[in-house]
Amino acid sequence: MDTLQARQLVIDIPGRTGGSPLNLTVEAGQVWGVLGPNGAGKTTLLHTLAGLRLPREGEVRLGEYPLTEVRRRSVAQQLGLVFQDRQDGFPATVLETALIGRHPWLSLWQMESGDDLNRAEAALKALDVVHLKDRLVSTLSGGERQRVAIATVLTQNPDTWLLDEPTNHLDLHHQVAVMQLLKQQAEAGRAIFMCLHDLNLAARWCDHLLLLFPNGEACWGHASQMLVPSALESLYNQKLITVEADGAPVFVPAKG
Amino acid sequence: MPAFDAFRPLALLALAGLGAMVLSVSVGSAGLSLADTLAALTGSGSELNRTLVLELRLPRTLAAFATGGLLAVAGALMQVLLRNPLADPYVLGLSGGAAVGALLSMLAGVAGVIVTASAFGGALLSTLMVFGLAHGTGSWTPTRLLLTGVVVAAGWGAIITLLLALAPTRELPGMLYWLMGDVAYAGSPWPAFVLLVLACLLVIPAGRSLNVLARGPLQAAALGVNVRPMEWTIYIGASLLTATAVTTAGSIGFVGLVVPHMLRLVLGNDQRIILPACALGGGALLVLVDTLARVVISPEQLPVGVITALLGVPTFLYLLYRSR
Repeated sequence: MDTLQARQLVIDIPGRTGGSPLNLTVEAGQVWGVLGPNGAGKTTLLHTLAGLRLPREGEVRLGEYPLTEVRRRSVAQQLGLVFQDRQDGFPATVLETALIGRHPWLSLWQMESGDDLNRAEAALKALDVVHLKDRLVSTLSGGERQRVAIATVLTQNPDTWLLDEPTNHLDLHHQVAVMQLLKQQAEAGRAIFMCLHDLNLAARWCDHLLLLFPNGEACWGHASQMLVPSALESLYNQKLITVEADGAPVFVPAKG
Repeated sequence: MPAFDAFRPLALLALAGLGAMVLSVSVGSAGLSLADTLAALTGSGSELNRTLVLELRLPRTLAAFATGGLLAVAGALMQVLLRNPLADPYVLGLSGGAAVGALLSMLAGVAGVIVTASAFGGALLSTLMVFGLAHGTGSWTPTRLLLTGVVVAAGWGAIITLLLALAPTRELPGMLYWLMGDVAYAGSPWPAFVLLVLACLLVIPAGRSLNVLARGPLQAAALGVNVRPMEWTIYIGASLLTATAVTTAGSIGFVGLVVPHMLRLVLGNDQRIILPACALGGGALLVLVDTLARVVISPEQLPVGVITALLGVPTFLYLLYRSR
């Protein structure tokens, strides 16, 4: 599998001058979490890693090649992205939405086959939205739309998954279900790289973490090394209380 | 969607288009029976009927069909490009630019192919202006593009009024008819027809990419579409279609708005089906409207653009009212 690699990467945030260059490799089987306060550049980083934005310095490599030299279609076969914001300009059903995940795999003249349809339905089933498949996406709740978006990337079936706040709008049960699904994908040999707001989800499910500070400084490594209360407190500028539950640390914001 | 299901609505629309054309060539100041019409079309029947159908009515009917189809496909393409169902060549000022080009050349006293070329230039200039100005420093935001188009269209409107005020009286009737949109003066329908067929053929391989683009440029890029080249292709393609339609039959408004909207309500929004359906449906609609324009106050004729506007304005307002 081709790994995603950031080399001396500085993302382009308007008005930010400094920042430490990122040097990291997202390998098969790993689950990465990106933590940072609002405006730290988590989404920009994700879009830069997906090649949707150019970095200020450094480069992103997909396998042996710089991302900019790989054809968009070939990138889309290897790299999938769940966006935080989605626009629904035209009405589309849930099944149609999941099916567009097959786009990078079909040639110009190909129509979607029964196999593509099966993959889309299986993905919708895995995200527990298959009963909504004929509904218009615009009529769904926020959490249901989020699951449809994740199902679209599951249909796309890339080796590397980039996800921007995949648990947004999800209820507790579906948060766990989605994290479990991502963990399974990693165990099946895919690489997962996601931005998260919920420190505890990250602590529970991620094996690698990247902490992104508002001034552009960053540190990354094994989750066990990164989950240091003092570092997290300075990251969020918020005092934390650490307790242990179910074998993992749980961070609770302190009052006042 | 399975291929079989997809082609049934297209077959139905093609039948409707054929029906509309047969109706159109049989109705008129001298009405013909269906049998007479079919006989004339197949080359038998009386000499008089053959001349009436094949030489007088058929070219006009074909021109109406091709114009309607081109406008509807151009409208549908622009709506995907802007991700806004209100986009339309007329609303975006393309038709206005073409009209100014044509009127200027008419005022200069030239005729025929130069009027066509001039209208074409006007349409392309208008597109470049609208897309260039709306682009600014950032990316195209649909609302900004639509607003720029509306303002540019208003500007063309003012120039048209100015040209009409300056024009010598004997030029006025022709110019007015041209502005209102009228297939009566259409030249050869074939260039428009060939372009329409070509556009439909090109849409088949591009259709799925258009579907993905309709989800927004970032999502499309993430799914492997080369967004920028694709957007430019759509925008130049739609201008070409509009300019050809306008030079065939003057500025006919709202076909590009009404037809794609109606068809999307019934057929969903798969561009591989919607775009050919727009070609057939837009063609059929304009043939019917033109037939209506010929008979409603017969023997006088109404310009077809009047009727499309009467249909289009309420549709536009309804769409605007329904959107957030």
